[in-house]
Amino acid sequence: MSGNSEPKKYKNPVLNWIEFRLPIISYFQKEYGEYPMPKNCNYFWSFGALATITLITMIVSGIFLAMNYTPHTEMAFDSVERIMRDVNYGWLLRYIHSNGASFFFIIVFIHIVRAMYYGSYKFPRELNWILGVFIFLLMMATSFLGYTLPWGQMSYWGATVITNLFSAIPIVGEGLKTWLLGDYTVGNATLNRFFALHYVLPFVIFGVVGLHVAAVHVHGSNNPAGIDIRSKNDTVNFFPYMLIKDTIAVCVFGVLISAVIFFGPNLMAEVDNYIPADPLVTPAHIVPNWYLAPFYAILRAVPDKLGGVLLMFGAIAILFVLPWLDTSKVRSCNFRPMYKWFMMLFFVNFFVLGYVGMLPAEGLYLLIARIGLIYYFGFFIVITPLIGWIEKPKELPLSISDVYLGGGKEAPVPVSEKEIH
Amino acid sequence: MTDNPDNKRRDFLQLSTISIGAVGTAAFIWPFLKSMSPAEDTLALGTTEVDVSSIEEGQSVTVKWRGKPVFIRKRTKDEIDEAKTVNIADLKDPEEDINRVKKDEWLVLVGVCTHLGCVPLGQKLTDSKGEYNGWYCPCHGSHYDTSGRIRKGPAPENLAVPPYSFLNDTTIKIG
Repeated sequence: MSGNSEPKKYKNPVLNWIEFRLPIISYFQKEYGEYPMPKNCNYFWSFGALATITLITMIVSGIFLAMNYTPHTEMAFDSVERIMRDVNYGWLLRYIHSNGASFFFIIVFIHIVRAMYYGSYKFPRELNWILGVFIFLLMMATSFLGYTLPWGQMSYWGATVITNLFSAIPIVGEGLKTWLLGDYTVGNATLNRFFALHYVLPFVIFGVVGLHVAAVHVHGSNNPAGIDIRSKNDTVNFFPYMLIKDTIAVCVFGVLISAVIFFGPNLMAEVDNYIPADPLVTPAHIVPNWYLAPFYAILRAVPDKLGGVLLMFGAIAILFVLPWLDTSKVRSCNFRPMYKWFMMLFFVNFFVLGYVGMLPAEGLYLLIARIGLIYYFGFFIVITPLIGWIEKPKELPLSISDVYLGGGKEAPVPVSEKEIH
Repeated sequence: MTDNPDNKRRDFLQLSTISIGAVGTAAFIWPFLKSMSPAEDTLALGTTEVDVSSIEEGQSVTVKWRGKPVFIRKRTKDEIDEAKTVNIADLKDPEEDINRVKKDEWLVLVGVCTHLGCVPLGQKLTDSKGEYNGWYCPCHGSHYDTSGRIRKGPAPENLAVPPYSFLNDTTIKIG
């Protein structure tokens, strides 16, 4: 080793040795040490870190569950019950995993609400948003596959209903469905491949999360004022300030999820899934997981098989083009007096859709679902482009540090202006 | 560093935060690691009862205990004498035959070679019993005598004696 020619950046010679060959030390120092975070970021900005930690917890608990799970129609249900009764701390692992999924969606929903309200999806972070929607899609697929594995009644009939969506596609639909199932109905072949995919998809998510984080670090994080970083005065270093802040968020999150895991582990579960799968008897009322319910409500609100399926997938697909539907130059809804309220209504509407999605599709619930469906798409296709044109935004602060000084008002700064970095 | 009381306070806070974090992490990891050790239903299979009334002198049976083969042999007079007259000093893993059995005619052994875990031959009448008339491991050539003691070959120890007891004259409980 020609030690003399190698630069000595660090005191520790091992770090120098690694750094010279793979500059990973300086990368982490730059991206997680000195990385400048806007100093006005509130706790909404902790949900990315929370989501990452939850993803890792899900992967780890999932691997340990898989060590005791048997993906076979005859044995799957019993193996889950064995996990609950006989495996050491198996009940804890399973409740961490099942409630972790619910909390993962709660966190990601808040993360998305944050991005929408503060306009994080706008220039120059569009690709970041697209990657995020892609992660959301993968999460929905993964959670659906995972819900099939305990092989209870809801598992079986949920899988049956969702895979039947594909039969709505004209001509190739039936063939496609049979190919996906590997059988004429949801059977052992289906369970095996669902288990295989449920195991691998989280690692795909992990990879896309890596891209998602790398992308946000290129132009830096957005902030509640939605304006660009102008100088060193606008930021604090990620370490230790944001790390400590995120740690506090993780502690609060830990208390909340522990309360549910230990005192109400089945609050967000469906009791029918504790009945073993029976291909001859459908439960009276099939309910999706709560986090898929808004989309399920859209599916049922349409009185046409293909139309319902298209709108349900369209409800997710339309998120991809949100950066181009929004015509306003101002990012943060704090400075958008009109759009702010439509945005709030959108969140409420999404919640209502989820609520009626868990209830039978009849009478008033169906009507509410249809109104919700119209607002959901109307918000993206009509309201978002239109408000951007007619709304007069409030004056933006000159810089992030001015937010604290309270002075120096100026006309809105176009977000397209290149950042000072 | 030490003169300023504020620094001491900070050191204390930092150390206590890290310690509590470490304890919390360890407490979180423990259930995960513990989940890999044998589950309750596996432990429940930890004992096996065997009816030995039908075993004739000179015969052996193999039963499964905790997933492992256990040899139960009703030894002949010759075999017992052979086991008892060995010069203990010559043995690789010195052990008196009297310490390896509860009743002279009944020898109970875990049938797993102490070398690398193969099952030695010698249970069937047609099997090779090795040079010492006990068991012979075909994998790497270890020879065991009529007390299941290692006499020749790479195995380091005698065949293990599992915990067992006689429930009555004809029933052995292993485990």
